[in-house]
Amino acid sequence: MTDFIEQFGVWGGLGMALLQILAFAVVLLISLAFLLLMDRKVWAAVQMRKGPNVVGAFGLLQSFADFFKFVFKEVVIPAGADRSLYLLAPLITLILAFVTWAVVPAAPGWVIADLNVGVLYLFAMSSLGVYGIIIGGWASNSKYPFLGALRSAAQMVSYEVSIGFIIVTVLLFAGSMNLSDITEMQAGGFWNWNVLSFHAWPMPMFLVMIPMAVIFFISALAETNRPPFDLPEAESELVAGYQVEYSSTPYLLFMVGEYLNIVLMCAMTSILFFGGWNDPFGLDVSDWPYMASHAWYFFWFAAKIVFFFFMFAMVKALVPRYRYDQLMRLGWKIFLPISLAAVALVGAAVVYGPQG
Amino acid sequence: MLANLAFWAFSGVAILSALMVVIARNPVRSVLFLILAFFSAAGLFVLLGAEFLAMLLIVVYVGAVAVLFLFVVMMLDVDFTELKQGFLSYLPLGGLVALILAVELGMIGMTWQASDQAMALRDAAIPEGMTNVEALGLVIYDQYVYFFQAAGLVLLVAMIGAIVLTLRHKPGVRRQSVSAQVGRDRKDAISMHDIKPGQGIGE
Repeated sequence: MTDFIEQFGVWGGLGMALLQILAFAVVLLISLAFLLLMDRKVWAAVQMRKGPNVVGAFGLLQSFADFFKFVFKEVVIPAGADRSLYLLAPLITLILAFVTWAVVPAAPGWVIADLNVGVLYLFAMSSLGVYGIIIGGWASNSKYPFLGALRSAAQMVSYEVSIGFIIVTVLLFAGSMNLSDITEMQAGGFWNWNVLSFHAWPMPMFLVMIPMAVIFFISALAETNRPPFDLPEAESELVAGYQVEYSSTPYLLFMVGEYLNIVLMCAMTSILFFGGWNDPFGLDVSDWPYMASHAWYFFWFAAKIVFFFFMFAMVKALVPRYRYDQLMRLGWKIFLPISLAAVALVGAAVVYGPQG
Repeated sequence: MLANLAFWAFSGVAILSALMVVIARNPVRSVLFLILAFFSAAGLFVLLGAEFLAMLLIVVYVGAVAVLFLFVVMMLDVDFTELKQGFLSYLPLGGLVALILAVELGMIGMTWQASDQAMALRDAAIPEGMTNVEALGLVIYDQYVYFFQAAGLVLLVAMIGAIVLTLRHKPGVRRQSVSAQVGRDRKDAISMHDIKPGQGIGE
């Protein structure tokens, strides 16, 4: 934003910054509509159904039809609910989900705020996401939402710990918390991506980083309350958890926020472990025209996100739900020690390896 | 101009929400205002150029500690009328304590003198050409590494102490043995019986 202000003056700069944010948000929301459809289509294909196929060709407009359906329904607020907090909760979820995207670089220079502490910012904002759920569950003044909120809060706080340590392993390689720096460090072919990390050769760091990528993916499932860790909204026990009392637009806000967080986790996986906007062959596109090279970068970033979203959808379709104590055991007794050991190993490799 | 505007916004929200923590009738709302106060304080840290501290404040206090506060407060069943009844009888004593505190704070404020060096240090909190994280890392892990490790050890002792104090080995509790569950196979879990019609398995 400071660049814009230097270029266009205070008000012009503010306007440009707002336009940039608006463009990013619109692109994000429209892609989200189609990702939602893809989620349902993949799920349907696994169960040998057709999925939504009535609205538009191949059901392409289904998400937009759903949007209008949600918006035109009546907002029902339970009699005993805390009105203001009840309506605040979905807003918190949605706003935090959007705000987090500010530091995600989609191509070189294509980022709203290139923060020095970008990774920490992402981590901080996603740890705030728990408030939307916990406030929503409490303000509904009903037992199922409250139980769902408690479950969700415990689950998200637990898995944040292992996610934090896994992020530290990547930070140690990059030596920076800036997401653009982390991505640039992985340039030059898929063997340089952090998941294989041949940039640390001759240290065989892929032995550590492949398990880290897998654990990060699983923790991301738990952090976003996706199946098989969707205990906060387990329909067989809690009806729909913290969302039971929500209808129409507030529910829509919850759902959009949740899916935005899922897509964000896909973007995080691709930036931290799979090279972000870098293509897998290490092609040199620096002499291409600006738009062409950036479209090339953006294509790879988007393709990776879609791939991981496909993985999320497949997991949802294939894996049965975890029991709550097993979920906690997995987080605290398995993922936490493994990721702690990985931090020590990567730290040693960085200090005593070829770079140190 | 924007930085000034942001400062007034953040500090105003911080003071107002701190006030609301005390006045709010509902304890859950108090905790939510406390979170807002933390959040505005993080914003002030960013304005000071301490973005790493700001993020840590949000991750640790807002993301974890305050969630535990909320947990506890949400499950409390507080009777507000009963709480309000004691208000008048405690007012004189509470007012006296508040008055003494205010006078003491005022005395400190009057005699406070900042040295010129302190102001200069505040202006250049971070060495030139270094990020927050590097500067803090050099201080904590290089200059004062032994003190830092000692502080860590104190925390470790406190943690072990808390666990030892609350650990109970109750007899007769059926615990889950994951390895036994996973190691179970078809041979010792299933047995085939040939049951004659009308006899059952006789249990």
